Amino acid sequence: MLADQDRIFTNLYGLQSPFLDGAKARGDWDGTAALIANGQDWLITQIKESGLRGRGGAGFPTGLKMSFMPKESDGRPSYLVVNADEGEPGTCKDREIMRHDPHKLVEGCLIAGYAMRAVAAYIYIRGEFYREAENLQRAIDEAYESGLIGENACGTGYRFDVYVHRGMGAYICGEETALIESLEGKKGQPRLKPPFPANMGVWGCPTTVSNVESIAVIPTILRRGATWFSGIGRPNNTGTKLFCISGHVNKPCTVEEAMSIPLRELIEKHCGGVRGGWDNLLAIIPGGSSVPLLPKHICDDVLMDFDALKAVQSGLGTAAVIVMDKSTDVVKAIARLSKFYMHESCGQCTPCREGTGWMWRVMDRLVRGEADVPEIDLLQEVTKQVEGHTICALGDAAAWPIQGLIRHFRPELEARIAAYKNAQVQAA
Amino acid sequence: MSGVHAAPFVQPASFEFTPESMEQVNRHIAKYPKGRQQSAVMPLLDIAQRQNGGWLPEAAIRAIGELLGMPYIRVYEVASFYTMYNLVPVGRHFVQVCTTTPCWLRGSDQVMEACRQSLGVRNGHTSADGQFTLIEVECLGACVNAPMMQIGDDFYEDLDADSTRRILDDLKAGRTPAPGPQIDRQFSAPEGGPTTLKETA
Repeated sequence: MLADQDRIFTNLYGLQSPFLDGAKARGDWDGTAALIANGQDWLITQIKESGLRGRGGAGFPTGLKMSFMPKESDGRPSYLVVNADEGEPGTCKDREIMRHDPHKLVEGCLIAGYAMRAVAAYIYIRGEFYREAENLQRAIDEAYESGLIGENACGTGYRFDVYVHRGMGAYICGEETALIESLEGKKGQPRLKPPFPANMGVWGCPTTVSNVESIAVIPTILRRGATWFSGIGRPNNTGTKLFCISGHVNKPCTVEEAMSIPLRELIEKHCGGVRGGWDNLLAIIPGGSSVPLLPKHICDDVLMDFDALKAVQSGLGTAAVIVMDKSTDVVKAIARLSKFYMHESCGQCTPCREGTGWMWRVMDRLVRGEADVPEIDLLQEVTKQVEGHTICALGDAAAWPIQGLIRHFRPELEARIAAYKNAQVQAA
Repeated sequence: MSGVHAAPFVQPASFEFTPESMEQVNRHIAKYPKGRQQSAVMPLLDIAQRQNGGWLPEAAIRAIGELLGMPYIRVYEVASFYTMYNLVPVGRHFVQVCTTTPCWLRGSDQVMEACRQSLGVRNGHTSADGQFTLIEVECLGACVNAPMMQIGDDFYEDLDADSTRRILDDLKAGRTPAPGPQIDRQFSAPEGGPTTLKETA
């Protein structure tokens, strides 16, 4: 288990003040100017060497992403945009950072912003997180008042602003180009890439969009050293990570652990185990609603990191672990996710707009068994027609949970269809 | 645009920001670069909705368009795209019950049923006295504290049918129930106490 002294988010549970006094006592804003004085190249090299991969779902190397930003301005300013539109079902980690440790994010904005030569950071927070936005805004106000950001941030002579922009209830705005559209005051509909945001993002300016957790861990990585961070977890899967464990465990929680912790250990150490014991486990969605579920026999020894979960045809995603015990109607659990994606499709691309509704309607019939066995293959075929044929990944995200269900629970689907047919025959 | 149904109602003929609202409006517009004031359309719609008792009349959409130099349709398409804008009147207490899979696994059906019975309304409807609107919503991002509901700006977490009824009864009686977990628990820490960070606790 990760030692307490290696945890970054030491006020995860809000036992201390989230604000400047508490943050400084936890080590935030300590020597920030000296870190910045090392220069942009040093900062980005350190982040690259730490092995930090984006914490928002895709796992793209954070330092590499930052290095895509222009080193010389062509007259346009550059921006850091923080994706705090946390909405992937199962995921509630950034919420804890923003309400209980907001200064880690604000300091991270300054350092990451400086490293990519940005003039300001816009933090796009989901609208439902009203109280979280209040805490975050208060932390920003404190940072301005104390000269930590603003005209002469931390006395470095660098001007840097941080703003909060509240979303208004659209999952799709967690997609980076939809988020940029939304920040510009439009419907949140994703843009075609290229041009990529690093060339043309918000207001046509170079932009990097990063997840809250990715930015908030940067100050601690720099203070403790890239090798400290890269020494935790496995190669290519380094560092500490916030895990949110929900569903059928005895004690659901959010906890910071070492990357690559075995899934079973995570659940048994921090969540009091699966309800009814490990043998009562049916399946787990390991990385938020978009990733395919895993049946128990894979959960027995799989590690919680990018590569291990990819190897079992799933993904770490946002590290939101949704646990289902044997009492679960697994078809209904996935059908409910299909309904979610249908609701959240922005409607721009036909395969997603029509496909999510089509998939949900078939899933809804499969819950009752009201289908024919060949329809399972047809459903699989439709998920493949949607996947990879849309501007953004929402179509993929709608397809994967269904593909996972068919891959691992096809006998359950067939049994349900047979039971429904039997009941029809008997009723006739 | 949320999925709230409403009885026939009259659209007010005009809308004006109060001086207090105007202060907020100007603060938001100032956040964005010069000439990019359209970026403030979302916060302005929210300010208007709050000023107007929780819903957005057409006149407010029009006024915001004029203020920001945007055609009405550009403001309207924003107002109709995002679920947190209500284009029809809602009750004083806006009750949103999350029913997405993580909440459903832990009993959101019972929470929804307790709301329906306590308030005497169906999903998407407002009680006859105009006090409560009930609506089922998608994931609100508090999954380790499931099941949960949002009322106004606050999250009520770790619910069951009894605690749901108690919260609604408090609101009916004019009391303010405490938000957050409704069981003995420190925010998102495991019930019974944290397994980590024990020395700082």
